[in-house]
This record gives sequence, structure tokens and C-alpha cells, in this order.
Amino acid sequence: MEKITCNFVVNGQAEEISIPPNRTLLHMLREDLMFHGVREGCSHGECGSCNVILDGKLVNACLILAVEADGMEILTVEGMVDGDNLHPIQQAFVDESGMQCGACTTGMILSTKNLLDANPDPSREEIKDALAGNFCRCTGYAKIFESVEAAAESMKGTQS
Amino acid sequence: MVVFYRRMPRFEYLKPQRFEDVLELLQNSTPNRYRVFAGGTDLMDQLKQRKINVPETVIDLKGITELDFINFDKSSGLRIGALTTVADVAKSPEIEEHYPALAQGAREIASIQIQNRATITGNICNAVSSADSAPPLLALGAEVVCANRNGERTIKIEDFFSGPGQTVLNPNELVKEITLPPPVDNSDSVYLKLAPRGRMDLAWIGVAVWAQISERIFNNVRIGLGAAAPTPIRTPNAEEALCGLDVVSENIEAAAAIASGEASPRENSFRAGSEYRHMMVEVLVKRVLTQLAG
Ligand code: FES
Ligand code: FES
Repeated sequence: MEKITCNFVVNGQAEEISIPPNRTLLHMLREDLMFHGVREGCSHGECGSCNVILDGKLVNACLILAVEADGMEILTVEGMVDGDNLHPIQQAFVDESGMQCGACTTGMILSTKNLLDANPDPSREEIKDALAGNFCRCTGYAKIFESVEAAAESMKGTQS
Repeated sequence: MVVFYRRMPRFEYLKPQRFEDVLELLQNSTPNRYRVFAGGTDLMDQLKQRKINVPETVIDLKGITELDFINFDKSSGLRIGALTTVADVAKSPEIEEHYPALAQGAREIASIQIQNRATITGNICNAVSSADSAPPLLALGAEVVCANRNGERTIKIEDFFSGPGQTVLNPNELVKEITLPPPVDNSDSVYLKLAPRGRMDLAWIGVAVWAQISERIFNNVRIGLGAAAPTPIRTPNAEEALCGLDVVSENIEAAAAIASGEASPRENSFRAGSEYRHMMVEVLVKRVLTQLAG
């Protein structure tokens, strides 16, 4: 397999990297670029723990080849912090105990961002629908939904 | 048992910019030489699980940007390019207004993450019987425009599926677009899906109906079923039985029973038994027709 040189902007930083064609975006981000917030759960598009936002769209990085994303912008959960300050969604998950083991949390946070960017005041049903592609093995869904609601509340009026 | 393999096999990658270039590559190819993909949500999974023969090279179609379109015209109908994502179909105001069953089917496919990558064309090319886009396309009278290096042909969607995971596409052929006829007055369509959870499940049964009703008479009806036979199917006997009849519950019930008889679900399915699926076809066809009757 011949390596292909690709350019990405990951969390605002330009990256140039040569990668084999069969490398998934998940493994490239996690193992080559060390963004460990991108997690490998099922590796088959069921659990959402590998969520990233690719050119503004929420996707499963486990089902995408890194070379497919050449020239694109990628946001991982690491890109959501502002210096030492957590993003309001991250803070809400901490405050509301929206996690147990934490394995699903980074994916949940990106799905929540994807939801709240489009719909700042979602109903409980809309939250469930937006998180349908995210599995929590610890099944702490009630706390997760409360975290999303708290995040929406704390972001009110602060978002453009 | 389902084993969740995580590692990709080896292959090379090509991303041509022109449709003709892909057709040229396919024309002179040998069986495991190439495999094309659009969203890749099915292909990447199949490659990891070694469910298909690993090709020497995967061809990414996303470079052919002219195949990413939704084109609606009141007199000529709807055209959906081969690269149009499920999310774009789910969100299209024109599809929502004129072909609502298709928008509903698109929204039923897996998760938002998958909908953002997967394409409607990929959904039918994988030819899974439970594909949520298939019953709406059957009910709405879709046609599939296919091309090879030497030209194009148009196939009715009911003739497109040839078996589980199989279509009538030749190895050198690709789908270029899906077309739907122009909207007809006094018509409407609905898709209903029966599955254990609200999202992320394959359909136990999917039913889409398009009906033209005027003065409380069924003028014209098309019914599409998913997961009710080895491939998605139409139910011509039930459709014919309804045409010309009054919109009353006895006629709807009779047609639903006929549709159930036209289903031929798999005997040993671990998701839902054959007898149950027959019964649910009847229930859902009745429910959808009743909804359309208003
Ligand atoms: S690891 Fe990608 S969806 Fe589970
Ligand atoms: S907190 Fe453990 S998987 Fe969700």
C-alpha cells in the first residue's frame, strides 16, 4: 500500500500526514495524532464513541478512511475547550454527573454540540433523537439527558 | 454470532474526478479489482468484517461532485444524484412536500452520523430487504438510471433488486441517479416502520403507500414493502384490488389482507418470525391506508 499525503485542519491546527489508504479516520486521529477523545467502541457505526465533526457534519470516524477527509476540517472533543475553560456542554456533563465510566462521553458531547448548534432549546424527545446514534454501556441515559438540558440552559443567550 | 472485527484489510485507494473515468476503469476490470463506494458506511463495515471479497482498490465516488444534487421540477419530477446523502434527502423541503414517504424513510435510516455520510443510492445498491428507502421508492414509482461506458439504461425500481444483497446492475455499471415521476393532484404518501426501538434498528416490517384519492375513491395506489420478502417488493394484487373502490374500512382491510398474502418473509429470521411478519404487513398496510384516507 502506498502512503498518501493528506492535509487536515484538526481543531484549528493544520496537519500534514502520510497515511496508508486503509487507515480509518478514527485510527489516524487517535493513534497518529493522539487525539484520544476519539474513541473506538464498536468500530461499526453503532455506538457514536468515535464521533467527530467533519466539515460541520457529525460523523462516525470509524467508518471513514482518513484519506477521504483530505482537505477537510475536523473537530474532536479536544477542540471544544477554550484554554483552561471547558465548553459549557462539557461543564454541564461534569456538573450533572452525565457520565459513569466516561467511555461514551466524548461522543455524547459532540452529538450534543451538533444538536444545540441547530436547536438551542430542544425538547426531551429531540434530545433522545439527537443522541440515538450514541450508546452508553453504563446506561446512564437519564443523567445524560439532564446534562444536555443543563447545557442548553447555560448556553442560552451566550451563543451567537 | 456477530464478531466485531476492528481492523481493515489492505487495499489501494482512488478518487477520480469524472464519472466517465470510473466507468472506464470498471469496463476493463476483473472481479476483485475494484469496489466503488459513496458514503462508505456499509462498505467500511463489510471490509472490516470480511463479509465481502477484499478488492485490490476501493474507488471513492465523492470526487464526482456533479452527482450530488436534488433536482425538482413540477412537470418533470424529482431527480436524486447518486452521491446525494440520506441527510440531504431527509431535509429537502421539496421532497417533504411532494414525496413525503421518501423523506420519512430517509429519516428512519440508522443515526444522524450515518445519514450525514450514507447515500440513498447506496441504500438501494446494497439491496438489503429492510432498507428504509426502498418501500417509499417503490410506492412513489421510482426509476434507477444506470450507466456503463457505452451508454445508459433506466430500470424500474421493482425490477432493480434481484435477491438479498443483489441487484441487476452489471459489474461494469453504476447508478447515476434515481428519478421519481412528477407529483399528481390529490395524491399523498406515507412510510411506516415497525422496529423494536425508535431509532437504529433494521425494520421488522416497512410499509410505504402512495395513493391518489378523489371523491372518496381510490383512483390509483402503489404499495411498497420492506423486510417482507427476500427483496423489497410491490404488492400488485392489493393495489389492483383497491383501485376504483370507495375509501371505506372494509375495502382497506381486504386490501391489507391481500398484501399480507403477497409477502414472503424468510422462515428462520432471528429478528422476527415469518408468521409475525405476515400479520404485521396486514396491520401496517391497513394503518398506512387509513392514514392516507384521512
Ligand atoms: S466506534 Fe464508531 S460508531 Fe462505534
Ligand atoms: S458512561 Fe460508561 S459508557 Fe456511557
